[in-house]
Amino acid sequence: MTSDINPRAEQYRELRDPMRDLCAQFDSHYWQAVEAEDAYPEAFVRALTDAGWLAALIPEEYGGAGLGLTEASVILEEINRSGANSGACHAQMYIMGTLLRHGSAEQKARYLPRIAHGELRLQSFAVTEPTTGTDTTKTKTFAEKRGERYLVNGQKVWISRVQHSDLMLLLARTTPLAEVRKKTEGLSIFLVDLHAALGHGLSVRPIRNMVNHETNELFFDNLEVPAENLVGMEGQGFRYILDGMNAERILIAAECIGDGYWFVDRARAYAGDRIVFDRPIGQNQGVQFPIARAYAAVRAADLMRYEAAGLFDAGRPCGPEANMAKLLAADASWEAANVCLETHGGFGFAAEYDVERKFRETRLYQVAPISTNLILSYIAEHVLDLPRSF
Amino acid sequence: MNIIVLVKSVPDPAAKVGVRDNKIVEDGLAWEANPYDENAVEEAIRLKEKYGGKVTLITLGPKRAEETLKKMLALGADEGILVSDPAFEGSDELATARILAAAIEKAGGYDVIWAGWTGVDWNQGIVAQAVAEYLGVPHVSFVTKFEVNGQTARCETEVEGGREIIEVDLPAVLTAMQTLNEVRYASLKNIMAVKRKTIPTWGAADLGINPAEVGKGAAHHHLMKLIPPPERAAGRVLKGAPEETVQELVRALREEVKVL
Ligand SMILES: Cc1cc2nc3c(=O)[nH]c(=O)nc-3n(C[C@H](O)[C@H](O)[C@H](O)COP(=O)(O)OP(=O)(O)OC[C@H]3O[C@@H](n4cnc5c(N)ncnc54)[C@H](O)[C@@H]3O)c2cc1C
Repeated sequence: MTSDINPRAEQYRELRDPMRDLCAQFDSHYWQAVEAEDAYPEAFVRALTDAGWLAALIPEEYGGAGLGLTEASVILEEINRSGANSGACHAQMYIMGTLLRHGSAEQKARYLPRIAHGELRLQSFAVTEPTTGTDTTKTKTFAEKRGERYLVNGQKVWISRVQHSDLMLLLARTTPLAEVRKKTEGLSIFLVDLHAALGHGLSVRPIRNMVNHETNELFFDNLEVPAENLVGMEGQGFRYILDGMNAERILIAAECIGDGYWFVDRARAYAGDRIVFDRPIGQNQGVQFPIARAYAAVRAADLMRYEAAGLFDAGRPCGPEANMAKLLAADASWEAANVCLETHGGFGFAAEYDVERKFRETRLYQVAPISTNLILSYIAEHVLDLPRSF
Repeated sequence: MNIIVLVKSVPDPAAKVGVRDNKIVEDGLAWEANPYDENAVEEAIRLKEKYGGKVTLITLGPKRAEETLKKMLALGADEGILVSDPAFEGSDELATARILAAAIEKAGGYDVIWAGWTGVDWNQGIVAQAVAEYLGVPHVSFVTKFEVNGQTARCETEVEGGREIIEVDLPAVLTAMQTLNEVRYASLKNIMAVKRKTIPTWGAADLGINPAEVGKGAAHHHLMKLIPPPERAAGRVLKGAPEETVQELVRALREEVKVL
């Protein structure tokens, strides 16, 4: 077998090689130390930022690299493939997309170059709410226009990286649900300056959770947001969110693919080394078949990821492919995680092997940023024309 | 300030290199920049960032060495030149230095020339000094700290058990130690910029070098035989109670290994 179990690793070598060099500097010891302290991987994110990797999708005119989505997806894939977790920083790569597509010329000129340069972190997007969950159009957080500003009141939950961001995008209702023609109308997106907001109408309560991932409850109590921080048109926020979804799905799929290859790699290495009953455990079909199956699933999902990314970069519709790529890749990485843990037996539970950490991390992709059921309902309704379920 | 860096493409230092027919087996071998050359490139880029100017990388090697050149360009160098010609194959260190000196003259207008203190492949550590001789400029080896003061530079170098501080006239050839600096990561922008760069290839004719005076035929020394290091015998683990294993260990050290 070739040295890389991913035959596609031959493509985009100019991105993969330097990414692998960089990630190799942040090895297992680094991630275990970060995990033990429940800390933000600041040095890793800094190194990625300084070398410009997180500005991959920002156009060159704003100081980014102006790469396509396929290339950006390769970057995130390599992060996860190295044993690291993109979750700490992936959003810096794509949240700015909303600003890029719908922000005013003035907003773009003001923020994008500084985001590209790494001076400003825009890696939080507050959508989810405790009482409405996935049903985004029921968003209760309300932004009421008062002259040159909006007053925001409400509550959000699971909002990630707020404590490591300078700016945050916020989805809030600007017209009550009862007063809009369609429930998808009347939602707006705001750019919130977190330094100005904290302690002045915004409070943040961290949520302890299953992975080392900084995520929070947010409470808005008459937070003032200047009217000039409205992104795009008032009332069109839901559509703007949909516009960013395909890109996000594809990037997340690539992270899952990176995880999947990592798990299969670890599983096959361990299965080859571990001697029990005087032979490598990998000689037993009961051990090797699940690894083979997981590998096949990762490869298959990877095809869908490239299909979706290729369509996206060609400017063609890719909703079905992007959703299926996310579904298949998240399932494949989760299967591979399970198999990898199983192959390691008791040692899979030891933090030292990184398997249990990656196992927990990859589990998240089934739920966030979008749960598997919601993807399935998209495919059923929008691809297969089955009746709408909700 | 115009800075030239000599970069060599060498087998991955971590790789296990096989030997066949008095040659190393190249199949499946990954090639990388000589690690100390990376320090040389880093220093050159820092000089450019401080004083302005241009960093030009020169590599002598086969076509595949272009990949190494590109990787080093991605650190932020401006130009890369591949010096390559079938006639150059098998050149000894002196001929290598001659070819490189000719390439440096052709590239023209240099203030500083950097190289790694040795190549981790053959570990000779003499090409850079010979280049200085051919160019008629001074050289300082094993540099760990470098500061430019007008037409001279102050170099700290490592010597057995201590340091030397040397002032050298510019232009000069300097060789970099690993402790000279910490090499940066390639930035995405530079990686993309490399894609748009063309790397010229200069052969014997471009450099005005008589092929008969370089290459294998003109070498002053010849490799007679290349022998891989002997396979290390498997270790032995002594098992049992400490009283017994210690006795057995002492016996083995006395009678088998004969070190006691
Ligand atoms: C670590 C972490 C980080 C996060 N970061 C962010 C962030 O930065 N910003 C942000 O806005 N959100 C974030 N989220 C929130 C995340 O997007 C939501 O958790 C997710 O979309 C699901 O919403 P919910 O938790 O309210 O689940 P619910 O909507 O309550 O759903 C619970 C379960 O029911 C299923 N379900 C619900 N409705 C249906 C239906 N009609 N048919 C079938 N099944 C259904 C869901 O699939 C899910 O399995 C994060 C979540 C986590 C765990």
